[in-house]
Amino acid sequence: MTAPFDLTDDGVVVIIGTGAGGGVLANELAQKGVSVVALEAGGRYLPDDYINDEWASFGQLAWTDPRTTSGDWRVAKDFSGLPAWIVKAVGGTTTHWAGASLRFQDHEWKAKTTYGEVAGANLLDWPIDPREMDDYYTKAEDKLGVTRTNGRAGLPGNNNFKVFEKGARALGYEEVHTGRMAINSAENDGRMACQQTGFCFQGCKWGAKWSSAYTDIPRGEATGNLEVRENCHAARILHDDDGKVTGVEYFDADGNLQLQKARVVCVAGNSFESPRLLLNSASSMFPDGLANSSGQVGRNYMRHTTGSVYAVFDQPVRMWRGTTMAGIIQDEARHDPSRGFVGGYELETLSLGLPFMAAFLDPGAWGREFTTALDHYENMAGMWIVGEDMPQETNRVTLNSDVKDANGLPVVNVHFDDHANDIAMRDHAYKQGVAIYDAVGATRVFPTPPYPSTHNLGTNRMSANAQDGVVNAHGQSHDIANLFVSDGSQFTTGASENPTLTIVALAIRQADFIAAEMGRQNI
Amino acid sequence: MSNTMKTLTRRQLLSQSAALGASFAIGAGFVAGRAEAENWAMEVDHLAPGTMAVLIQMARDIYPHDQVADRFYALAVKGYDTAEAAPAIEAGVAMLNEAAKATGHSGYLDIGWERDRVAVLRGIEDSAFFQQVRGGLVTGLYNQKAVWPIFGYEGESYSEGGYLYRGFDDINWL
Repeated sequence: MTAPFDLTDDGVVVIIGTGAGGGVLANELAQKGVSVVALEAGGRYLPDDYINDEWASFGQLAWTDPRTTSGDWRVAKDFSGLPAWIVKAVGGTTTHWAGASLRFQDHEWKAKTTYGEVAGANLLDWPIDPREMDDYYTKAEDKLGVTRTNGRAGLPGNNNFKVFEKGARALGYEEVHTGRMAINSAENDGRMACQQTGFCFQGCKWGAKWSSAYTDIPRGEATGNLEVRENCHAARILHDDDGKVTGVEYFDADGNLQLQKARVVCVAGNSFESPRLLLNSASSMFPDGLANSSGQVGRNYMRHTTGSVYAVFDQPVRMWRGTTMAGIIQDEARHDPSRGFVGGYELETLSLGLPFMAAFLDPGAWGREFTTALDHYENMAGMWIVGEDMPQETNRVTLNSDVKDANGLPVVNVHFDDHANDIAMRDHAYKQGVAIYDAVGATRVFPTPPYPSTHNLGTNRMSANAQDGVVNAHGQSHDIANLFVSDGSQFTTGASENPTLTIVALAIRQADFIAAEMGRQNI
Repeated sequence: MSNTMKTLTRRQLLSQSAALGASFAIGAGFVAGRAEAENWAMEVDHLAPGTMAVLIQMARDIYPHDQVADRFYALAVKGYDTAEAAPAIEAGVAMLNEAAKATGHSGYLDIGWERDRVAVLRGIEDSAFFQQVRGGLVTGLYNQKAVWPIFGYEGESYSEGGYLYRGFDDINWL
């Protein structure tokens, strides 16, 4: 069979979501000759369509369907209906991501063993040996064209990086460079080099940044084995009396309910929508939702310990010019409990345009204390904190039946409380970030609270034992052999690195496993 | 301003003006900049002109940027001049004026010092009215492209080929 596939074709793999996990998995399976139907809730936007204007782009790409929030995180107060800044489009959040592509450190695969018991944390080791990932990381880096890996040159440093680098060196930091970025430093894989345009978060109009929207997706489609159905919102995964999944009900672009039969179903809708779909698929056989015999679906939500530090100088920086996140300090990513917390964090350059700076610098603030900061926008430099946060069972995505989406489905409530370790790490990072800018002569610094989450992890976590998590080492659900999780929700722990490279590496690995298991008729 | 401000000249409007606020000329159906240099005027259809004048001053007091002219603040709150939005805004401004009277002034625009107006605003900052106006300003003011150059922000650069050859790394004071 070649695409398009019939709704009654029960030989297809149905993948829900087309981002770093789903989009890569779809292409990898298609390349192996597996028939794939990918359901994508959003529309298709390509570089010509991207808008280099923050709010207009947000309106075009962001997932703004209703969600609710609770917990002590400030996002629940400042952005109560927007717990995450992620994308609803073909390519998912790979349109929006900054491109930072870092491998986990070996010890981060074994957080429980390395960190020991941490009160209140639901730590677990990944059921994966770090050496198993080496080749998959290399494949992922080559797919994404990651700079400073496998012989590719780094990006040049922009003004924001130069300020950051000088401060970092003054403090004695050594692992300081323009990052390992999925943004071309030279023409690569048919895509051009970065033109230092800024607006990396709004979709790269040059195509210099890797996104599945214009790489893996069209390549998969070109095989004839992949059909992407846009504006199709998955509603429920169906199963038979043997407890095997049999298909996916979804609302098509016209709002009509359709049923696509499936041999295998892979959920890759990011860490809110993936557990939501499993929970919304509850049945008499699975009253707590699919793949949820452990009760862990939706739990252990992680978002990285984040925050930003901005600083004003007496002369211009113009931080918005050039690649948004091509700058990193990795010295603090180590595990060193003498700092007062377990795990580590990265510091990465970041800038926002004036409109988003006004919205995110100190949400809700007003008056001259706030506006005099913006008055010196041109003289600002900025960095972002990305650290490992602790999985907690009570940090949790649940269905909120009081609020329904446009299709009448219950939305998710996202509950998050900072762990004491998260707070200690963030405070340490704020202090270091401020010291970096002070060393370059900052006249004023702003330890800025976390934005709506961009790294959403852990709500269908991977575990060796079925009672501890939702999926096994291959992202295959413990309960249902032909049901997989293929996105960041399968993360056992979050590590300190931006998650996309690991999501991609796991998707490549999962494609090998699914194709092999299909060949063996095990699924 | 051209899309949302009517083209009546300021002089025409001022010739009709009846009352003067702290910074604004308030006439029948319009608000205008009082200073000769501030060549702007805005007609209002659903809000009382005096209400719009308070709203503009309130906008500046919430997000004061001395280098940003009144007309940008006026445009930022122009969207409340609709049949749907006006009743709540009128009620909110009435509340604000009452709060000002409680401090011994005849109304919000009668308070001469910013710090005294801000004190009045602090007293109502938890109200839905204040939060509506403040929240609206985040985009209403800072997402005006005409405001960006005042802050040095350059907006998109794709149309000019990015900054690769136009100063992405031109910092010279480090």
